[in-house]
Amino acid sequence: MTTRREFLIGASATALSSTAVPGLAVAAANTKKRFVLVVLRGGMDGLAAFPPLGDPNYSDLRDGLLQASDNTIALDQNFAMHKSLTPIQKYYRSGDMAIIHAIAVPQRTRSHFDAQNVLENGAAKAHMLQDGWLNRALGVIDKSAGRLGLAVGYDTPPVMRGSTPIASWAPARIPPSPEHLLNSLGRLYQADPIFNRALKEGRRAQAMTGSVLGDTKMKRGNMRNPGRFKTLAEAAGRLLAADQGARVAVIEMGGWDTHANQGAEAGRLARNLGLLGNGLNELAGRLKPVWRDTVICVVTEFGRTVRMNGSKGTDHGAGGAAILLGGAVAGGRVATHWPSLRQDALFGGRDLAATSDTRALFKTIMHQHFDIPNGILERKIFPDSKGAVPPPGKLVRT
Amino acid sequence: MTSVDAFIAANRFGLGPKRGYLGGIAADPQSWLLRQLGTEDGALPYFNDLPRSEEIIQEWMQARGSREMRKMFNKDRIRPLFFKEIRRRNRAAIETDTPFRERLVRFWSNHFTVSKTKGRIRGIAGAFEREAIRPYVAGNFAEMLVAVTKHPAMLVYLDNVSSIGPNSTVGLRRGRGLNENLAREILELHTLGVNGGYTQTDVIALAKMLTGWTVAPKRHSNAGGFWFNDRRHEPDSKTLLGRRYPEDGQQEAERALRNLAQHPSTAQFIATKLARHFVADNPPPAVVKQLQKKYLETNGNLGAMARELVALPAIWNKPLTKIKSPSGLVISAFRMLGPPDKPKHMIHALRLLGQLPFSAPSPAGWPDTAKDWISPESLLRRVELMDLLARRNTKRHDPVQLAEQALGPIARIETLTALKQAPSRRAALSLLLSSPEFQRR
Repeated sequence: MTTRREFLIGASATALSSTAVPGLAVAAANTKKRFVLVVLRGGMDGLAAFPPLGDPNYSDLRDGLLQASDNTIALDQNFAMHKSLTPIQKYYRSGDMAIIHAIAVPQRTRSHFDAQNVLENGAAKAHMLQDGWLNRALGVIDKSAGRLGLAVGYDTPPVMRGSTPIASWAPARIPPSPEHLLNSLGRLYQADPIFNRALKEGRRAQAMTGSVLGDTKMKRGNMRNPGRFKTLAEAAGRLLAADQGARVAVIEMGGWDTHANQGAEAGRLARNLGLLGNGLNELAGRLKPVWRDTVICVVTEFGRTVRMNGSKGTDHGAGGAAILLGGAVAGGRVATHWPSLRQDALFGGRDLAATSDTRALFKTIMHQHFDIPNGILERKIFPDSKGAVPPPGKLVRT
Repeated sequence: MTSVDAFIAANRFGLGPKRGYLGGIAADPQSWLLRQLGTEDGALPYFNDLPRSEEIIQEWMQARGSREMRKMFNKDRIRPLFFKEIRRRNRAAIETDTPFRERLVRFWSNHFTVSKTKGRIRGIAGAFEREAIRPYVAGNFAEMLVAVTKHPAMLVYLDNVSSIGPNSTVGLRRGRGLNENLAREILELHTLGVNGGYTQTDVIALAKMLTGWTVAPKRHSNAGGFWFNDRRHEPDSKTLLGRRYPEDGQQEAERALRNLAQHPSTAQFIATKLARHFVADNPPPAVVKQLQKKYLETNGNLGAMARELVALPAIWNKPLTKIKSPSGLVISAFRMLGPPDKPKHMIHALRLLGQLPFSAPSPAGWPDTAKDWISPESLLRRVELMDLLARRNTKRHDPVQLAEQALGPIARIETLTALKQAPSRRAALSLLLSSPEFQRR
């Protein structure tokens, strides 16, 4: 087995020796498949987004946070969808969207930071690996790398960090630096690996994003604000749809930590779900030309407590929900090993139990969508994940 | 004659040299740092006339009548106040002669993050830092912890104002219960650290102890300040980390906070964070150990911790181990170049690099390592911003002279050569600001 260290050294050697000179011709990547990971930070309340109306315990336990059931969107006999997600309802109807319920990261932790860490590092526990699973996967999908992965937004999310070079994009607010300055800095940075690599990748990303987006004006402002999700989704869609663009993108969206005044049909959570629905619809629209090859996966670090807390909100919980969307998704259904909301089935007496593992969800997508062999997935990308339980049924059309 | 030590003192511990400053501290860089811990807070004059948090909250209570009134109040009062706080804080950072102390204020303010991502915090985040952080940076950690936890900004930010003991008078009457947000973050982010050895049962116990800790209402004598409302307090004894706390109202949580402050996990957590901030992204374990020991020996005396940091050989041996944080870069650029023509230029710069004060994305605050700051996108943004500052300051400076002054012996030959060969003054200044020597500390 290749140790992690060998793997990293090998990959970073490739990265450093690649010739990332300005004006580099932007060539098409060697896969047609598109994948977008949307990370909802703060812990989206899966029980509010996709209410399990068929569970006899639901309405009692959720007292205070219930939407009127005739005001939700029915998905099947047991599950419904919050009406703020109306913009993406059509994808469920056409069989291009699946809801995964009662899913969580492998480690039971109520810390945002640990749970996000496990979600993104792909290990069984927080802080076991320094790089992100999606970055490791990119290194396997295309060794020549550097034109596959795209971080949309100001920061590179941890899931995309690592030795495989990636591109990034955020709306510009001031004029780009002159070429001669970047050339001189390229020389000054040679002895500084961190700056050297970021500059090379940044310039290559600029060449790619510039060739796709050109001079189009996009909304600016604080990209960490949930209200900006649609802007990021639009950019991601355009950059992935283009032939010479990227293939894999990650977008973050915050605002899900609804400890107080979460609301039901209206309110904080409903507002955020509305922004999410609109953004996903925008992303899907932009990806239309490559829709058949597209999987969009929306995940969060944990679900929230089943019962309302003292402040009309919910605290950190366990099992949550995920969304799969795209022409390559075997959708039109809710995929769950539903654990029930009976008191004795609740995790710790208070949370929806988690019956499938986010690693298994990611593994399935990487295997079925990108043809990464399971052996490599379990060795290099999701170590110690052999027993991880996937959601039931077929998720990706192959 | 400047020295490597002077560079390290000014940058690793300070906010970067003001023009010519490096020479001034070269004689004895370590004493220069230590002096800043003993003296009174030099930045106080910048904040003298700003309102106290109680006053702001009282005004807010008066204005909350209708939706329209609230909107107007936010627009006409809170927004201008928020930016006034930031302008003062920026000016203090650019001008102060006790920059080590300012760094400590920023470090602790980040440790105990309150953020305008929760709208109601906007008007009082500055006051929070002035009232609950600034006075304690060379004092005792337990005192800061108690001051922070009692502060209205923290009680609101982490929802304790709406946490109610289920068996308290109010809880029984209204059927309401706990909100565990503050208790969890105290254990995870403020004291023990996530692996510090607590469980969900401890989170709930601390949340119960904290019930009743809230903000005094309009007609109360301490309106807008801390108030212990015993009608919301969960009765009976609680057990936290195996220690039993008999029913004692407000004192329970105070006692618990003081015990948490003495816990070895807290010592280790704080030692690690300080070492990461001042020594290296991955600090040597021996350094963390030494700081932890000092913490326990001095019962969490933060002045002693700061002095211990100054005494670490690991720091003085290695210049440039840390990359400047986005806000650290902006501050050091303005210190070197001189204050901006318009205060909003600095606000714009901080916003552009994603670190407008009091707006951290989560209660964990801003992350503190290069891998969080240097993405391909953010590096290009840094370079673009530095180029913009260079353009605005071309007439003020001779870039080569400035490099020699500010970087001293740290400036590499190739950097100085590149500056001399640059096609214009602006290009040279821009190169200096984006050079690794200036981008690191």
